[in-house]
Amino acid sequence: MSDVTTNAPTMNLLPKDRKLSSRFWTLVTGLSVLLICATIAIIILNIFVNGWGYFSWRFISTIPKNNFFEPETAGILPMIIGTTLKVFIMTVFGVPVGVVTAIYLSEYASYNSHSIRLIRSAVNNLAGVPSIVFGLFGLGFFINFVGQNLDDLMGYSEPVWGKPALIWASLTLAVMTMPVVIVATEEAIRAIPRGEREASYALGATKLQTIKNIVLPRALPGIMTGMILAISRAAGEVAPILFTGVAYFMADLPHKLTDQFLDLGFHVFVLSTQSPDIEKTKQMLYATVLTLLILTMSLSLIAVIIRMRIRKKLRSMSA
Amino acid sequence: MFNQNKNLQQSVGLRRGTFSRPLEFVIEKLLFIISLSAIIAIFFIFAFIGKEALPIFLGKTNSALVQEVIEPEDIDKYPPEKIRDYLGLSKSKYKKMSKDTLVMLLEVKAEAHKEIPEEFKNDKDARVNTTDWKYLIMPHQWSGYDKPVYIWQPVSNIPKFNFMPLIVGSIKTTLLGILFAVPISVAAAIYVSQLARPSVREIAKPVIELFSGIPSVVIGFFALIVMATFFQEIFKYEIRLNAFVAGVALSLSVIPIVFSISEDALSSVPRSYVEGAYALGATKWQAAWQVVVPAASSGILAAVVLGFGRAIGETMIVLMVTSASEMTWNIFAGARTITAAIAAEMAEVVFGGPHYRILFLLGALLFGFTFLANIVAQSAIAKFKEKFEGKK
Repeated sequence: MSDVTTNAPTMNLLPKDRKLSSRFWTLVTGLSVLLICATIAIIILNIFVNGWGYFSWRFISTIPKNNFFEPETAGILPMIIGTTLKVFIMTVFGVPVGVVTAIYLSEYASYNSHSIRLIRSAVNNLAGVPSIVFGLFGLGFFINFVGQNLDDLMGYSEPVWGKPALIWASLTLAVMTMPVVIVATEEAIRAIPRGEREASYALGATKLQTIKNIVLPRALPGIMTGMILAISRAAGEVAPILFTGVAYFMADLPHKLTDQFLDLGFHVFVLSTQSPDIEKTKQMLYATVLTLLILTMSLSLIAVIIRMRIRKKLRSMSA
Repeated sequence: MFNQNKNLQQSVGLRRGTFSRPLEFVIEKLLFIISLSAIIAIFFIFAFIGKEALPIFLGKTNSALVQEVIEPEDIDKYPPEKIRDYLGLSKSKYKKMSKDTLVMLLEVKAEAHKEIPEEFKNDKDARVNTTDWKYLIMPHQWSGYDKPVYIWQPVSNIPKFNFMPLIVGSIKTTLLGILFAVPISVAAAIYVSQLARPSVREIAKPVIELFSGIPSVVIGFFALIVMATFFQEIFKYEIRLNAFVAGVALSLSVIPIVFSISEDALSSVPRSYVEGAYALGATKWQAAWQVVVPAASSGILAAVVLGFGRAIGETMIVLMVTSASEMTWNIFAGARTITAAIAAEMAEVVFGGPHYRILFLLGALLFGFTFLANIVAQSAIAKFKEKFEGKK
């Protein structure tokens, strides 16, 4: 409260000035909100307006044979499939670990024990690691360490696991998006009223039974939010998969976990920077960006709506 | 409420104590072990990036163009470690190789040495190991240059790995991004949390949070195709892809983070603070600026630090929007950042070679920096929370 007393003398402005300056600053800060929202609107509108003309069922359902820079024959089906596979495998491996961590942190651990503080701090730190560092980690750990040792173990002379592959890209993304799942799940678990757990205990239920029958069903929307946010984030990430699995071009779809894959986000990068004739490929590029944006934004939108509901519940609880 | 739990009532047993429920005990321990995965992940990132960069620290890499040649027939005269280091092999790989393969590798290397152009044979720079710390950090007068320079030129006969141009590039773009992002997002956070009507707040907050859902490759694309041309028409500068455009684009990816963390901090200042200010006759703005913002200052600082960490690690935007340049602080010149160098060059390096190791070292540097930023921000947030949770 010392801030208030030290600042008190400066508050003796004349009534008229005070009202005016209050209005002025409300306007300025309000304008910055407007500026941010307008920028988002401009970006999304620009992509929709320029991308809609070329966007077609043919475009998203075609597998390009050899050249994806030709507007007549280009298609992005392999990229959509690659991106879907990437996030699907990521979800299978990453989400359960995140959910379990969140349950342990919020249900079992006493809030201030050392191990818990360490885990929390690790989760927060993991959320701040740059995505390119995850790419290096995937290369150094999954490919050079796990993959090569697997090859040695199985006696392959050619690298099978010890090279960029779908599985390694997905696992790298799973590690990267773990904090998203943990934070969202924990938030949802905290929104469950204590009384419901206590009622369960009062009936003689054990902790595990309470978690299974009370906590998990109630936290499901939160787990879904975390999962959707993780998928939306992973779907658009390019840096972590650059050296862990993405291919520049493949004539075939990936069949095995050890195959490389094509990716929508990486394709946006390729079309924007490697195109032989940027004017000719511009509409294709816009349509690809539109596809990626529809995919990630619709997912984020769902997540934001569910999250808003959870937060409202939290607020009404604490009020 | 009890009616909902009918199946629960039926399944309840009556035993008590930890060991009367061994399954629960085992599962609890299992959950604990799984929950350690975040710590393990951080440790592994540190360990495995460090492992790939370690030879630079130990001075085991040699990037000199002209090296002392070990002739294939002399293979028995040298200790195995020397041969291994000379060929740049890992221990496990070396073990697997037969003597014939080793001789073959030595022949290839000797052959390659013969093909080095004559002009380099007498060049003093061709004999130095450019992965030495001296060359990584300090300026050096390479032959052909008239003064000592900082230069990043990893793909050339004499590879030059000076970090300084990359560090300057990263700091330049990051500072610009922060400079644009922080005032706007903190102002927006003040408005949304303190001044706006609840109905505006309900809309503005999710919309800005939605911003963080736009992939960085899409922001990079937008900056490259639309913003770069737009700004060039306004400011009439020469180089279309420069640090200024990158800074603006970076600010787009930083705004959601700084906004949501500072909004959180501002909203968690107890309502009684604002009401106290009102009681003293303060206007809404005065209460917000003179009471709430100072009280939430450590939270806002944490938001800025986290935004900094995010901006310096941002890859796709700077990779797409900046062109390479020599080392300069000029914001209308190009900039090569640490992240862009790693992303652009890793695909073309010789596996396990000096350039590969140098890129991992840069990654380790980046990781170390963001790790530090995170710790600082977290401790600021923790202190902030303690302050208010104690008062509730």
